[in-house]
Amino acid sequence: MPPVMQHDAIDLSVRGVSKHYTAFTAVDRLSLDVAKGSFFSILGPSGCGKTTLLRMIAGFIAPDEGDIVIGNQSMRGVAPNRRPVNMVFQHLALFPMMSVGDNVGYGLARRGLAKAEIQRRSEAMLERVGLPGTAGKRIDQLSGGQKQRVAIARSLVLEPTLLLLDEPLGALDLKLREHMKLELKQLQHEIGTTFVYITHDQSEALVMSDQVAVMNKGRFEQVGTPQQLYYQPASAFVAGFVGNSNRLEVNLSAAGEGTAASGLPLKLAAQQGDSSGKQVLFIRPETIALSRSEADVAAFDNRLPCQVETLYFDGANSTVQVRDARYGTPLHVALPHTGQHADLQPGETVFLGIRAEHAKAFRE
Amino acid sequence: MNVLAPRRLGLFLLLAPAVLWLALLILLPHVEVGLLSLRERVGPGEFATSFKQYLTFFDEPLYWHTFVRTALMSVIVTVLALLLAFPVAWSIAKVARGRVRAMLMAGILLPFWASELVRMLGWLILLRGSGVIPQLLFWLGFTAEPVELLYHDATILVGLVYSSLLFMLVPLINALETLDDSLIEAAYDLGGNRLDILRRIVVPHAAPGIAAGCIMVFMLTLGNYLTPVILGGKNSMWFTEQIYTQFITRFNWEQGSAFAFLLLGLSSLLVWLGLKLTGQRFADSMRRT
Repeated sequence: MPPVMQHDAIDLSVRGVSKHYTAFTAVDRLSLDVAKGSFFSILGPSGCGKTTLLRMIAGFIAPDEGDIVIGNQSMRGVAPNRRPVNMVFQHLALFPMMSVGDNVGYGLARRGLAKAEIQRRSEAMLERVGLPGTAGKRIDQLSGGQKQRVAIARSLVLEPTLLLLDEPLGALDLKLREHMKLELKQLQHEIGTTFVYITHDQSEALVMSDQVAVMNKGRFEQVGTPQQLYYQPASAFVAGFVGNSNRLEVNLSAAGEGTAASGLPLKLAAQQGDSSGKQVLFIRPETIALSRSEADVAAFDNRLPCQVETLYFDGANSTVQVRDARYGTPLHVALPHTGQHADLQPGETVFLGIRAEHAKAFRE
Repeated sequence: MNVLAPRRLGLFLLLAPAVLWLALLILLPHVEVGLLSLRERVGPGEFATSFKQYLTFFDEPLYWHTFVRTALMSVIVTVLALLLAFPVAWSIAKVARGRVRAMLMAGILLPFWASELVRMLGWLILLRGSGVIPQLLFWLGFTAEPVELLYHDATILVGLVYSSLLFMLVPLINALETLDDSLIEAAYDLGGNRLDILRRIVVPHAAPGIAAGCIMVFMLTLGNYLTPVILGGKNSMWFTEQIYTQFITRFNWEQGSAFAFLLLGLSSLLVWLGLKLTGQRFADSMRRT
């Protein structure tokens, strides 16, 4: 499945691109390749430079250095209206003065196609995104999800090499966003156009993407499949940003051993080859085993007797906040989905088991 | 007890000045002028109802020629003001930021702190034969002798455009400010060029503002008295001058009233026609002013 392996067809290649502003560097010597037909996400917190990068690919901002190659053609000096790239804007930017059909047909009309042909293609595209027969409607007659699809149809009808999406789900409510996530991935799969999607929402990136680049302070921290990011984070930033984690300051004494700031000794896995010094440790709540009997956790590298503090019931995402009985280290533990420990009470004593490979230490 | 009663009273008190102003200064005089225009003097102190005043307007070519000329020049002024104001409004609404923008806004508003009379006298100083521009042209050798730049139609147009520009700028700036930049970017991204984006995105969005500005400028220009008289002199042939002449010089209030009503009716008709032709609605444009 990892499309980055097929080096034969690269739709987008960003080569050493930088953008500096007077006070800071938004994008810092960034390179990236996006394979044809893949769904590529750029994930990062706000202000990390992902929007600047996207706008450089679209052509609204010129890079200070480096080159952007789309479909084997350098985009240096090519205006946005001449690039084989279309963009779905954050707030969609549908034209309120035009009908749905005219919105979708706008790009085709600019290419000088005949009216009948524009109408035929617009209607076909609207049908493809699940909105048949809406061409005559006004934009304000559509729901949020429908507007979303019109915005995508308006870009896809031009058959771009690359479709850029600038957090288009951000304005939708939670339920619709969950739904559109799946729909967008399905649509990309059917149409086969290369999608470059930027978001600060890790769930959007993980669910939809073939490849994700985690961006921070103008640089990529890690590029990989969602699974790689989740299970093998390459840096403290990725480990902390993707998924939930318990974050502890540790002092490493050897490659496999360390002491938390509270004094708790831990067996762990140093990720960057260092065997000493201050590092940060990440333990995912769902990798921690929890039991009422000490014997159940006997096989784990770390065995911690703990006191239950607070229960957070959230259906399948239920967690419990515990505190180590000897050192007072607080930890967040996921409850098994089987409902096994649904009757836990605050104040109870439980035993935690953590494998050394699930306690990942990184230089900060 | 009606709990809304105190609120209604409050609303009534708030509206009272506006209602009084409309009733006493706009409605009442118009009723009076309307009645005046419909009577004819048949003898000393004797009056009869008739349409003679209105017929005079159509029978006497001088009057309706003057009206047509006034209306045509007002249309030209409106078009010129729109063409001049649009790029300025665009720069203020979309290009300028922060302090520069505040300064530009002040720059267009400040001249209007001086009275129209003073501003017109300023043009007089610049344009008259012994004034600044003719002397400068003569001194630089462009003209053999100082040329009189006053009392031409072009001079009247310049003065009218200048005095009405603000009323075009403000609704245009308001309309353009509400245009989301991402719409322009989206159109550009989808292959539109500048002209195309202007035609398909910017103008349709700003249309109510454009209509509002055009109505304001057209009506103000049509009813302007000072500018044509000062810059155009006795021969400016502006319709308001005819009304003035009837009321003040001829002391024929009946005829003056009829002219005043004709001006109101005909100009409203022209505005209505303009809105119909461009497919705009009056309520939309008034919301933008």
